Amino acid sequence: MTHRAMTVMLAVLLAFVTVAAGPRLAPTQAQARIGIDFWHAMRGPLGETLEGMTAGFNASQSTYQVKATFKGSYPETMVAAIAAYRAGNAPHIVQMFEVGTATMMAAGAAIKPVHDLMRETGTPFDPATYLPAVRGYYSAADGRMVAFPFNSSTPILWYNKDAFRRAGLDPEKPPLTWPELRAAAQRIRAANAAPCGFSTAWPTWTQFETFGAMHDIPFATKANGFEGFDAELTINAPLYVRHLQFLMDMLKEGTFKYGGRDAAGDSLFPSGECALVTASSALYGRVSREAKFNWGVAYFPYYPDVKGAPKNSVIGGAALWVMTSPRRTVEEYRGVAQFLRYLGSAEVAGKWHMETGYVPISFTGAQYARATGYYQRDAWAELPVKQLTRTLPTKNSKGFRLGNMPEIRVVIYEETERAFQGQQTAKQALDNAVRRGNAILRRFQQTIGQ
Amino acid sequence: MTRRSLFENRLLPYLLIAPQMAIVLVFFYWPAAQAVFQSLLRQDPFGLHTAFVWFENFRTVLTDPFYLNALRVTAFFSGAVILLAMSSGLLLAVTADKQIRGAGIYKTLLIWPYAVAPAVAAALWLFIFHPTIGMLGRTLIRGGVAWDYTLNGTHAMILVILAAAWKQVSYNFIFFLAGLQSISRSVLEAAAVDGAGSRQRFWRVVFPLLSPTTFFLLIVNVIYAFFDTFGVVHALTRGGPGKATETLIYKLWTDGVINLDLGGSSAQSVILLLVVITLTAVQFKYIEGRVVY
Amino acid sequence: MGRARRANWSAHVILLLGVAVFVFPVYLAFVGSSSDLGTVSRGEMGLRPGPHAAENFSRAWSTGSGERIRGAPVRLMMRNSLLMGLVIATGKIAVSLISAFAVVFFRFPLRMFLFWMIFVTLMLPVEVRIIPTYKVVSDLALVNTLPGLTIPLIASATATLIFRQFFLTIPDELVDAAKVDGAGPMRFFWSVLLPISTTTVAALFVILFIYGWNQYLWPLLVTTSQGMETVVIGITKMIGTGESLVDWPIIMATALLAMLPPVVVIITMQRWFVKGLVETEK
Repeated sequence: MTHRAMTVMLAVLLAFVTVAAGPRLAPTQAQARIGIDFWHAMRGPLGETLEGMTAGFNASQSTYQVKATFKGSYPETMVAAIAAYRAGNAPHIVQMFEVGTATMMAAGAAIKPVHDLMRETGTPFDPATYLPAVRGYYSAADGRMVAFPFNSSTPILWYNKDAFRRAGLDPEKPPLTWPELRAAAQRIRAANAAPCGFSTAWPTWTQFETFGAMHDIPFATKANGFEGFDAELTINAPLYVRHLQFLMDMLKEGTFKYGGRDAAGDSLFPSGECALVTASSALYGRVSREAKFNWGVAYFPYYPDVKGAPKNSVIGGAALWVMTSPRRTVEEYRGVAQFLRYLGSAEVAGKWHMETGYVPISFTGAQYARATGYYQRDAWAELPVKQLTRTLPTKNSKGFRLGNMPEIRVVIYEETERAFQGQQTAKQALDNAVRRGNAILRRFQQTIGQ
Repeated sequence: MTRRSLFENRLLPYLLIAPQMAIVLVFFYWPAAQAVFQSLLRQDPFGLHTAFVWFENFRTVLTDPFYLNALRVTAFFSGAVILLAMSSGLLLAVTADKQIRGAGIYKTLLIWPYAVAPAVAAALWLFIFHPTIGMLGRTLIRGGVAWDYTLNGTHAMILVILAAAWKQVSYNFIFFLAGLQSISRSVLEAAAVDGAGSRQRFWRVVFPLLSPTTFFLLIVNVIYAFFDTFGVVHALTRGGPGKATETLIYKLWTDGVINLDLGGSSAQSVILLLVVITLTAVQFKYIEGRVVY
Repeated sequence: MGRARRANWSAHVILLLGVAVFVFPVYLAFVGSSSDLGTVSRGEMGLRPGPHAAENFSRAWSTGSGERIRGAPVRLMMRNSLLMGLVIATGKIAVSLISAFAVVFFRFPLRMFLFWMIFVTLMLPVEVRIIPTYKVVSDLALVNTLPGLTIPLIASATATLIFRQFFLTIPDELVDAAKVDGAGPMRFFWSVLLPISTTTVAALFVILFIYGWNQYLWPLLVTTSQGMETVVIGITKMIGTGESLVDWPIIMATALLAMLPPVVVIITMQRWFVKGLVETEK
């Protein structure tokens, strides 16, 4: 009985496998083409759009076949790339988040800088077609592009127009400064127009990195690390302390809600819970599909009494890095170069921008979008681009080149969380963050042999 | 422990054990040795700059106050998870062992959670406890509880303990049930005849007979709490807020994968390995001493 | 009689409570999978299932996710997960049966040392040695293959341990009888040992199949094409970060689909499962 039952079970399982396998049992592989491996970390609909773009490239020519594979989150994709490199079979292209830039740049022989790639394969390439604020983040100190910007967003202020109306505020006049924002949040809470006034996603990216850039104050010495690996953090400067105290005060009076780390705070806006949220411009996808209220976007707030503010904001997101491998041929690199050019071309970049809410990486992409009337239909979409190109980037608003930035971000999270819980003052929190962050930067320096 | 009655062949046993040894040598020991060797190095992630630093990584780890924090968190977390998971499993097993109607259905329903993948279980828990979209999360807030596991360390700890224990209860249930069913009826009846009340009967007779199962589960639960709870912490709190839920395995993963400190995380895994080996060796001797009927 | 009645009633209460705690999350997932996206994200999901179950499940099964057309179909991922679970379970059982047999029924130099070498594999989880393991797999050109996916996961000691415990409880008389009959060790293995081990094998099959099915980190690293992805990877792939749309109903539908095979395996094998473990307790 036992044996018979097990045989039956096995038969059923086998039948299931055959049925489930169906016509996909033998996936076709274009044999004659040169294969290019592209590892990415885009999930959900973004990943599908990306894979559509890859398919578009493959269909547009017959020499190369780009294979896009999802490798997990950005850190998991980083580990995959590292493991593969150490095993001698790194992928051709890997998508890496912006805070991994220093690590990738310090990777030396493991990566091939984009400008070298273009030069060596004889591919025509003009960096000027890419937005300065976007390009600058991924360029070396001398301005030559090292990585290829791909999905970049910037933080903006999302606000709930219906809640504004309910609180007696003008829905077409969002707050521009931090004091105005606080006042609006207070009105909203007083009228109970929304359960929560203000919150934020990616607290370190918005309230520290972008904040610093916007007010033209350094996040770290050595031009935020661009000029040397011996940079030190400066986030305990008076303006940062003042802003953290500002948030803590708002938390205490009930107008600010801590949304959690990384993207956790994102859901607070489309759900209608918080009426004002500083979050990535790429939140558009969720907002457009989930929000059941009238919404608007506004520039990231600033303090009006700070001279020079507001400057341009910084980008977040990821870029594409080209990796080396002992067996890689020039022909393969040529395919990589062509693929990158394809991604930056007007129609492709334009469509990527329009479908995802990321900023256009190239001016031609922006023009393509404008030509289709995109900014008429989606007026909000121009604001992030304008915010990024508002001023030419200064030393403090070009981006960051700090080693082990993910670890530093966690340190900032931890210290500010303790301050929010009332366990330490704003000054203590930021002094601790600087102390711990500098130790991390020194360790990074040591590890890369500097 | 050896049997009395054996076969005499000399070569055959080596041949029989060879396949597993081959796999274990190639796919465990060779990578494990490299991982352990990594703990003596300071190296960039891509392996391009290497410095041999002897035991400096170990010294850094053991003198790091955050490592001590992780030790404390792990001790509390593991203790709570093991206690909760084992006592719930035992209670449910004892109850399901009784001759009541529908016992079979109850047993089936209580076993299935073992099948849930950690990633899936985490998604389910997020779905329930998230302050915005979670059913229970919203209920708590509506009920006046300031439920916020992103800022409140205690809430965060409660959440991860519950989620981690949830997954393990059915595993314990299965083994406790099996253990209970192997206790011969005659022993139970004899105890009943002696006039022992059912609760006394349990603690005086049944529980001691169940002790081999209990200790075996203790070790399995320890391994689970130390290693396999990573997924739960990662999905729900990421070790926060402010390291309130950062367990040893989570710290190990963070240092390795996020901070790309391969030397430090390897040192941490060597330490963890030694701890668990010691724990298991002690337990092993103990079980061996007991399994004699 | 009254006391027994009360005891029964309280037993039902406890068990019902237990079942509620375990079934409730799944029920909520079902409610979520039958609702539409907006309702879920706004937190308006209630306790009653919505009207979209059939639509969401069929979308998850055949097309992948959300409103897009591309994405690995769930059935392809199920096939991969199924293969992985089956291969790991049968591989581990086969290899461990003969190792445990060797360790228990023979005496040879290094016997306990070799057993401990196998036993220690439980104590260094794969996450910790993942980069060097990848290198080994890559050197053997097994990246993105079924062997590369499964063999490294066969390397740990769970099954060997349980078989060893079970074999130690076999009465000496059985072995003596076989010897008296002139049977060699392999005859004994096939005709005596295996038949009485079926229930333990069944129990282990369940445990190991589920272990293989639920793997995430290793398959993520070692698969480099969509065609090889497993269901667990698929689900994680769908749960986006804040930057992308999180299609909760489809995710929940896929999660429920992903739970089905392991649950079916457990329920079908339950009788042998529990019985099998009983014999290892002796």
